[in-house]
Parts: sequence; structure tokens; C-alpha cells
Amino acid sequence: MIHARDLERRYGRRRILFGLDLDVERGAFVLVTGPNGSGKTTLLRLLAGLIAPTRGTLRVDTERAGIGYLAHEPLVYRELTAIENLDLFGRLYRVPERRERIGMLLERFGLWDARNERVSAYSRGMTQRLAVCRALLHEPELLVLDEPYSALDAQGIGLLDRELRELAGSRTIVVSTHDPDRLAPLATGRLALA
Amino acid sequence: MTYLADVAALTQKDLRVELRARDTLPAMLLFVLSTLVVLHFALPSGTGDAAAYGVLWVAIVFTALLGLARAWVPEHEHGVLDGLVLAPCDRSAIWLGKTLATLSFLLASQAVALPAFVLFFAPLDATAVAAVILVDVGICAVGSLTAAMAAAGRARELLLPLLVLPLAIPLVVGGVGAAVADAGERYLLLLALYDAVFAVLSWASFEYVVTE
Repeated sequence: MIHARDLERRYGRRRILFGLDLDVERGAFVLVTGPNGSGKTTLLRLLAGLIAPTRGTLRVDTERAGIGYLAHEPLVYRELTAIENLDLFGRLYRVPERRERIGMLLERFGLWDARNERVSAYSRGMTQRLAVCRALLHEPELLVLDEPYSALDAQGIGLLDRELRELAGSRTIVVSTHDPDRLAPLATGRLALA
Repeated sequence: MTYLADVAALTQKDLRVELRARDTLPAMLLFVLSTLVVLHFALPSGTGDAAAYGVLWVAIVFTALLGLARAWVPEHEHGVLDGLVLAPCDRSAIWLGKTLATLSFLLASQAVALPAFVLFFAPLDATAVAAVILVDVGICAVGSLTAAMAAAGRARELLLPLLVLPLAIPLVVGGVGAAVADAGERYLLLLALYDAVFAVLSWASFEYVVTE
């Protein structure tokens, strides 16, 4: 699913990633760990197709529509409601039976009652739950999750745990985390960046 | 049809965001009206209609700049532009949606500004009004692209006027010509040509502005 050879990414003169070889099979669950500044987010942005490698090759065997990306930032509009945000992305991703899918995700992540509130009124944790819904909306075959548990409360963590358990095996999942023990039972591989 | 549906969804989103936030349109309205009022008192009496038409284009260009400076702000809050770029739609649809939304704000501000201009300065004929619409289209087309470029940089407030104003010079020349020249219709052709060329260039190059 993912094949990288001698991958390097620089920002100006600063080399963030270098000499990285990576092979991820379809259906694998890979944890990416490492200290701050080790290049976890850069690697995930490369995998999502948001940035290009400075050197080396990277092949991801899916189209843009097949990638679900959860970033540090939620990638949703503050002035739109949860429903409006998901409806916009559902239209752009051509999600079939969009309304049903949106309703199911909002129910599943405990946002149904707040579905018509603007995101600007959401707490950080609620916004993160909505960001997870946005990343899952189009049922991507590759899920790229950057610190998905950040800002989530105990209930949110439990909901995301359940979702990842259900998706593991049927999707290729790459997760960066500072808490690898939480996801260790699901992981089929681990990449430690220094 | 899918492309147009994407453009419609993105334009609708921008109009909805503005309706909620009310960040851009009220500022544009206040700016264009106060500019016309200030220039009304600044110009000596008896200056003549030709100078007054110059005032109109100055007001239009700077009002458009104000709208363009805000155009990509919602996308940069919460990093939404990354979300749009990742979506499988044609990326030029993002530019076209933004251009149409900015154009609608500019036209709405001029629905107030043009009557105010007639009240304070000089009458406007059909050729001048057509020129205003063509200038709006041109400045929104090229401005949405340059605003996206400027928004990606560090000094975006500084960069936007530096990029847009030189590109707006042919629009000002065409607009003034259409309003004051004897054969003003010829300037409408110049403006239409500018709009067509820069709209196609912006449409085709937007992808390279938002991706590496």
C-alpha cells in the first residue's frame, strides 16, 4: 500500500526526514512514534499527499479519494455547523447516501445533539471528534491519523478506540502517537523516528 | 456537471460563512462609502466628471483588495485548505468557488457604492456600469489566485497589494477609458479580453499555488 525509498524532506536547509525506507502492506496498522520534531507530522503529510518528498520515492497505492487524513488542526470551518461541514466534504468526496453516513458518524461520536451548533462554539475535544468524523466520512482505504487522541476526553478516547478496533484489518492505518501502548494491541508494525 | 456541483458547494459554503461571520461584506460597504465621502470633500469643487470617474475606480480597486485580503482567512483557520486540497475534486473548483463568492461580495458593495457615486460625483451610463462589472470579474479572478499565494506567505497583508495592484492597472485603464472616452465600448472589449485571459490563467495555475 505504501512504498518509500530513501525518503527525504527538507524545509529550507533543515532536514526533517532522511534515508527513510518504508513498506506498509494493505490492511496493516502502523504506529509512528518519536520525540517532538522527529518528523512524524512531516511523514504523515507526505503520505497524505499534502507535501512532496525533497528526495527519494514515495508510492501510495490509492487515489486521493481513498485517503482519510486527520491532522493536528481539525480542517473544518469554524462558522459552519457539524452537519454543514460534513455535508460540504461529503459532496466533494461524492459520498453515497451522504445524509445517512453523516448522521451515523455524528451519533457514533456523540455529536448528534450538537449537530446544528457552529464549530466555533465547540470545545477542543468536540472539534477533534468532528475532525475524526471528517476523516472517516468517505470510508477511506488508507487512514493517516496525526495524534488522534489529542484533546479527547475519556469518552472520546473510548469512542475512537472502538472505531479503530473495528477498522483495524479492513483498512490500512498509519497513526502517529506519543502513547503507543494504547494502540499496541492493534498494531502490526511500528516506526520509531529519531 | 460534477465540476459545477463542486463549485456550487464551495461558493455556497463561502456565502454561508460570510452570512454567519459578517467579517467581509460590512467592512467592504463601510470602506467604499467612507472612501467616496472622503474623496467628495477632498476633491476641489468644479474638478469635473473625468476626475470623478478616477475616484470611482480607486474606490473599487481598494474595496476589492479589502475583500480579497479576507477571502482565504476561513480556509487558514483550522487548516481547512489542506482538507479542500485533499478532496478528490478538481482543485480549480476551489479557486472558482472563491472567485464567485468574492465577486458576489464586491457586486453587493457596489449596489450601494454606485448610487452613492452618482449622488456625490457624476452620472453613470450603461457603458460605465458594464465596465464596473467587467472590472469586478477581472479583479476577483486574478485577486483570488494572488490572495491564495499571499495567504501562504508570512507577510500576507503586505504581499497582497503588491501582487494585485500592478495586475489591476489594465483594469483601471480600461474602466476609466470606458467611462470617459468617446468610444467607451472599445474599452469594454479590452476589459472582457483581460477577464478572459486572466481567468483562464488563474484557473489553470491555481493547482500549483496550493500544492507542491
